[in-house]
Amino acid sequence: MKHGQQDYSKTDKGGQRKKGGKRGKVGPWPRLQKFWDIRAACNFIGGGTGAGLLLVAGFYALQGLDNTPLVIAGFLSISFGLFMVFLEIGRPWRSINLFFHPQTSWMTREGIVAIPLYVSMALSVFFAGQFIGVLASISAALLAGLFLYCQMRILHAARGIPAWRHVAIKPYMLITGMTEGLALALCISVTSAHTALVPILALLLFMRLGFWLRYAHQLRIDGAPEASCNKVDDLFIWTMVGNLLPVVLLVADWWLEVEAIVVLAGLIAAFSGWYTKAIVVTKAAQTRGFRLPRTPVRGQGQSRVVGQSGFRQNQ
Amino acid sequence: MTRYVMVADLRRCVGCQTCTAACKQANATLPGVQWRRVLDIEVGEFPDVSRVFLPTGCQHCGDPPCEEVCPTTATYQRDDGSVQIDHDLCIGCGYCALACPYEARYIVDEAEFAYGMEPMPNEAARFDEGKIGVAQKCTFCIDVVDAGIAKGLKPGVHPEATPACVNACISGALTFGDKDDPNSPVSKLLAKVEHFRMHEDLGTDPGFYYIWDKKPEDLM
Repeated sequence: MKHGQQDYSKTDKGGQRKKGGKRGKVGPWPRLQKFWDIRAACNFIGGGTGAGLLLVAGFYALQGLDNTPLVIAGFLSISFGLFMVFLEIGRPWRSINLFFHPQTSWMTREGIVAIPLYVSMALSVFFAGQFIGVLASISAALLAGLFLYCQMRILHAARGIPAWRHVAIKPYMLITGMTEGLALALCISVTSAHTALVPILALLLFMRLGFWLRYAHQLRIDGAPEASCNKVDDLFIWTMVGNLLPVVLLVADWWLEVEAIVVLAGLIAAFSGWYTKAIVVTKAAQTRGFRLPRTPVRGQGQSRVVGQSGFRQNQ
Repeated sequence: MTRYVMVADLRRCVGCQTCTAACKQANATLPGVQWRRVLDIEVGEFPDVSRVFLPTGCQHCGDPPCEEVCPTTATYQRDDGSVQIDHDLCIGCGYCALACPYEARYIVDEAEFAYGMEPMPNEAARFDEGKIGVAQKCTFCIDVVDAGIAKGLKPGVHPEATPACVNACISGALTFGDKDDPNSPVSKLLAKVEHFRMHEDLGTDPGFYYIWDKKPEDLM
């Protein structure tokens, strides 16, 4: 056992989601949150990808291209994410209460945005090829952007989780959602994809890599829990491969012109984003722990300044 | 205005966990759920090592991050500064627990009792199905406080209007009262000691003060 740490698990069970007698490791140091698991991560995965798909669908509508498959894919993706949230919450049949706090809660705002988003998606499919359909697609794209923004703010509002609270997570969440959606859009409409999609995807991949590296660097610089930083650092190879390999494949397709290569690039780009989000939500989400700035004056009459357990002591 | 706060004198706390037991008795929380906890922390390196007992729980923040993120308004702040949960509104999304920097919130998805899934008669008598699948945390025993005030008693002074953990503390380490009342026990105590609040830099304005020393003589 390290200095500054003591296992007090015999009496102290910590704030945690409890099911079937499972116990979490507890103490003053940061520890992994257990309230949101892969189901919550799927909301960010499905919501981000769906929003990205609808943004591309809006672009297609402006170009006069058939965007119905993309809208349907976006609908399925966002619905999957929201359904997983439905499975996550403790009292799912009270879900209507979710809409009660738009004044400050980004979760409420996400739910509110979802309503006109679904209406726009339905109109877009129902009036496909008509002027109303184009307007609905553009409306869906704008609302999807708002939906993605809400998701980004949901993570950032969690003051108890430094890895989510960090400001550098915000641009990453936006860009990765757009990247995943665009990558899937390329896979879905590979035979009829707009020529601009490939260079835009390559640009987004570079941006996503840049924002991720910045996030990983800043997280450590700004003193997030060591375990969070380590989990994020563990994804270095993954993010390099997940962002650069698709670019290499897209460049290779420039000469080879094999559709399967584009599909492969799109799938790798999307899956790497999904995996990274899943890790950020479920594995890198360490709490702040308990900070004791000073020890009480007792006995010898001395107080000492204390570094926080689970954090680098030079911060 | 009224602002109920709690003060923990770290010089006095001996880590006996009586407050924890009193809280469990008063609020009938399930095994594994501790609204009032006392952490046993060892700090420093040999041979300069200190052992500190740190009572924690909901800090009843002035700017509660849990209330801000709650999508249902189940978490709310009363006029007296305490942060409460309407269990009938809560959907158990867990967002509040992630926004809380003090790890003060619990969600029990499936009730488990001291001896397994079947409650003992005493547990069955006080089991509250309404707290399953939703967030729960320290309430400052607000029902006791309210009842005491209705009888004309003063919180933090009269035991009948004071949280169970404060009443139970064997060393007088815990104090409760209205910080906006200059004559309350907490106001008088805080005026003559050095204290800190946990994670104060996050802007939560916590209502839980930790005493670590007396004020220097020249400041008294």
